[in-house]
Amino acid sequence: MYSDKVMDHFSNPRNVGEIENADGIGEVGNASCGDIMKIFLKVENNVIKDIKFKTFGCGAAIATSSMVTEMAMGKTIDEAMELTNAAVAEALDGLPTQKMHCSNLAADALHEAIKNYKEKHG
Amino acid sequence: MKRIYMDNNATTAVRPEVLEAMLPFYREQFGNPSSVHWAGRAVAGAVEKAREQVARLINCSPAEVVFLSCGSEGDNMAIKGTADALRDKGNHIITTAVEHPAVLETCKFMEKQGYRVTYLPVDRDGMLDLGELEAAITDQTILISVMWANNETGNLYPIEEIGAIARKYKVRFHTDAVQAVGKVPVDVQKANVDLLVLSGHKLGAPKGVGAIYIRRGTKMTPLLHGGHQERNRRAGTHNVAALVGLGLACELAGAEMDATMARVRRLREKLEQGIMNVIPDVKLNGHPTQRLPNTLNISFAYIEGESLLLNFDMKGVAASSGSACTSGSLEPSHVMGAMCVEVTLAHSSTRFSLGRDNTEEDVDYVLEILPPIVQRLREMSPLYNCKEPLSCEECNIVRRI
Repeated sequence: MYSDKVMDHFSNPRNVGEIENADGIGEVGNASCGDIMKIFLKVENNVIKDIKFKTFGCGAAIATSSMVTEMAMGKTIDEAMELTNAAVAEALDGLPTQKMHCSNLAADALHEAIKNYKEKHG
Repeated sequence: MKRIYMDNNATTAVRPEVLEAMLPFYREQFGNPSSVHWAGRAVAGAVEKAREQVARLINCSPAEVVFLSCGSEGDNMAIKGTADALRDKGNHIITTAVEHPAVLETCKFMEKQGYRVTYLPVDRDGMLDLGELEAAITDQTILISVMWANNETGNLYPIEEIGAIARKYKVRFHTDAVQAVGKVPVDVQKANVDLLVLSGHKLGAPKGVGAIYIRRGTKMTPLLHGGHQERNRRAGTHNVAALVGLGLACELAGAEMDATMARVRRLREKLEQGIMNVIPDVKLNGHPTQRLPNTLNISFAYIEGESLLLNFDMKGVAASSGSACTSGSLEPSHVMGAMCVEVTLAHSSTRFSLGRDNTEEDVDYVLEILPPIVQRLREMSPLYNCKEPLSCEECNIVRRI
């Protein structure tokens, strides 16, 4: 069902954790549909210096969370805002069709974190 | 890598003796049992022998056993066949909120045809209130349908008592016994059931075969019209090989039931106690004692079921879950919902259903790999060890286990 890349990110997720005094925190999803993703950002000079995630969800949810942190690390805030859920899925060599909808929210979580950062830092 | 199968409620392996018994019917004994010539005669006896074997397991007369393709067909036949046959009597059906979709979807279909259906709720343990059942009966009620055992929790329902109530009010009683037959004693006489459905692949027979018990004198409209098979009750050429398999599997299950039940129960207890003693923040889903001996449904707080199953799968262990991701819909299992299991716990519900092939080593291995898997997923979860309350109220509830 899942590609090798998805299984890799699922088994060895990158950037799991939280950032204390994060510059931006974003959360998407909800308990009832079984996916909650939380992204923490550390931003310096408009660049994402550190990014961590916490996810409650299935294999696709964990893999997309991991992948989005890998894709966003080191990017500028504006570049990171351009990342899409579709791009994350593609970077993982695709997701099963039924997963594209509910578990593929990682880029949204990232965007929420960036919005939060912008609100906090003007 | 070691492969451990703990998903026997989903399906079971065909037993070697069963497979051996079936093979001749794919080779030289290929005839249609309805044929009058040598090819048909050779196999007609085999079908009737299988019928006797099934009848013996559930304690009925062979004439009351109708072969069909699967449990879902049986449940459809029981409900639709009753509704049509008794349409002059009434249009009300009583069932439960925790039935298998084969019953629930059929009932929803009946509602679209103008029938009224009462879905009896269950309590937090997943059990029924028989007072509510009795109170729901009206003079329009034509069928009560309650499963013998629930596939997700393993809960065993008081079929004998329900049968007595049904008898008292002269209402037909159907039970989906797919998960029970072969695992626990099922006696249709003692239970006062009129219709009972069983499925081969849950008890070591192949997929694609099942049977429905129809008490003598129970008027039914067939689901499948056509040839005269099964005394005009269910058309379709007999799947002889599979029926032979079903018959033998029933005979074997009956013969070893006590011993297997005791052994499997012991293994299940070991698994259950092992998990509950070692892993914090877990919840048993289902009745503590009135359950099939092989089934354990347990939720692990803060994590999601599919990710747990994937980790298991990578270690060779097969189990199943009530999470939305595994059901293919956006909602977790309707059984968890009916039991008012908090939603994140529902998403983490994991079902282990043991079988006769499981060993103590299997259980030990699972107990060994489970805690680190759970811990790893918990550490990844925003719901675990939260220092600040999360935005959605439901997430707060999960900490008060």
